[in-house]
Amino acid sequence: MPRVGLVVVSHSRPLAEAAVTLARQMLTGADVAVEVAAGTDDGGLGTDAFAISEAIAAADSGDGVVVLMDLGSAVLSAETALELLDDGVRDRVLLSPGPLVEGLIGAVVVAAGGADRDRVAAEALRGLAPKQAHLGGQEGSSSVA
Amino acid sequence: MASELGVPELEGWVRAFAAAVAEHRDELTALDSAIGDADHGANMDRGMSAVVAALDGGPPADAAALFKLVGATLVSKVGGASGPLYGTFFLRVAGAGGAGPWDAGTVAKALRAGVEGVVARGKAEPGDKTMLDALLPACDALEAALAAGQPLADAVGAAATAAVEGRDATKQLQARKGRASYLGERSIGHVDPGATSAALLVEAAATALVPAQG
Repeated sequence: MPRVGLVVVSHSRPLAEAAVTLARQMLTGADVAVEVAAGTDDGGLGTDAFAISEAIAAADSGDGVVVLMDLGSAVLSAETALELLDDGVRDRVLLSPGPLVEGLIGAVVVAAGGADRDRVAAEALRGLAPKQAHLGGQEGSSSVA
Repeated sequence: MASELGVPELEGWVRAFAAAVAEHRDELTALDSAIGDADHGANMDRGMSAVVAALDGGPPADAAALFKLVGATLVSKVGGASGPLYGTFFLRVAGAGGAGPWDAGTVAKALRAGVEGVVARGKAEPGDKTMLDALLPACDALEAALAAGQPLADAVGAAATAAVEGRDATKQLQARKGRASYLGERSIGHVDPGATSAALLVEAAATALVPAQG
């Protein structure tokens, strides 16, 4: 059974850790490697490409890693982190354009079920689908009128 | 007269940039508070201070090692988007410029590679109100001056002038990248903080990249 790892990249360590706590609520028994790379080393808001590359390496058990990010520098730092990894590891990593919180929850659930990397990434990407379906999925919705 | 740049001159550029960032830290943050998340000055100063601390540990072996150290420090210590952007710039400069010493053509080649790294990392285009609006005109001016036969010091001076003009021109632009893009038309009327720090980088080059005499 594949063991796909996950990495959460955020400007804010509390935000990342809370997202992981929320996602882990969905796990009963099965465990998933979820690493956090968030905040600056002096406790402020920011991202660190080296810390991300280390988190990816820690989450990787050989079956691949899916990385979820918040915005801006989190995306650029995650891309930079790929350049810092060994070729063998880099090829197993996928940076997800999915939403951080919703994507992580979906990804954790299917990863715990033994899905492969691309299946985990697909689940992260469709993380907004349940909410969009519920609220109508239109831009700027929902209307209460 | 030597016409090449070694580690002392190139390290002088990095240190001059660090000093300029420290001096303009509050101005950079003020610009960023107008259209962004108000951290550009603090972030760049934290990153460049870490670079200076690393350099104070002893001179790098060669030019490639110098710029690799700068890039690796910035991608880790800056925190904001300018970390991977400036970090990638310096890592590409290291790769394209090589161990050195550098002649004028190597300076131009290294800077162009660095700017292309910023383009690849940030996926911004000219006119998006980013650091590229200072860096791209600077690269063009440097290459044009060297092609016209000007000495390196004059060519880097022309690059600095172009960078400052490019920086000033960002005031009228609407941001299409980064946090400022969330503001839409409200980003017009403010000089871009990234273009401002990028102009400091090129101005530092103009003061420091003068080949050693004798």
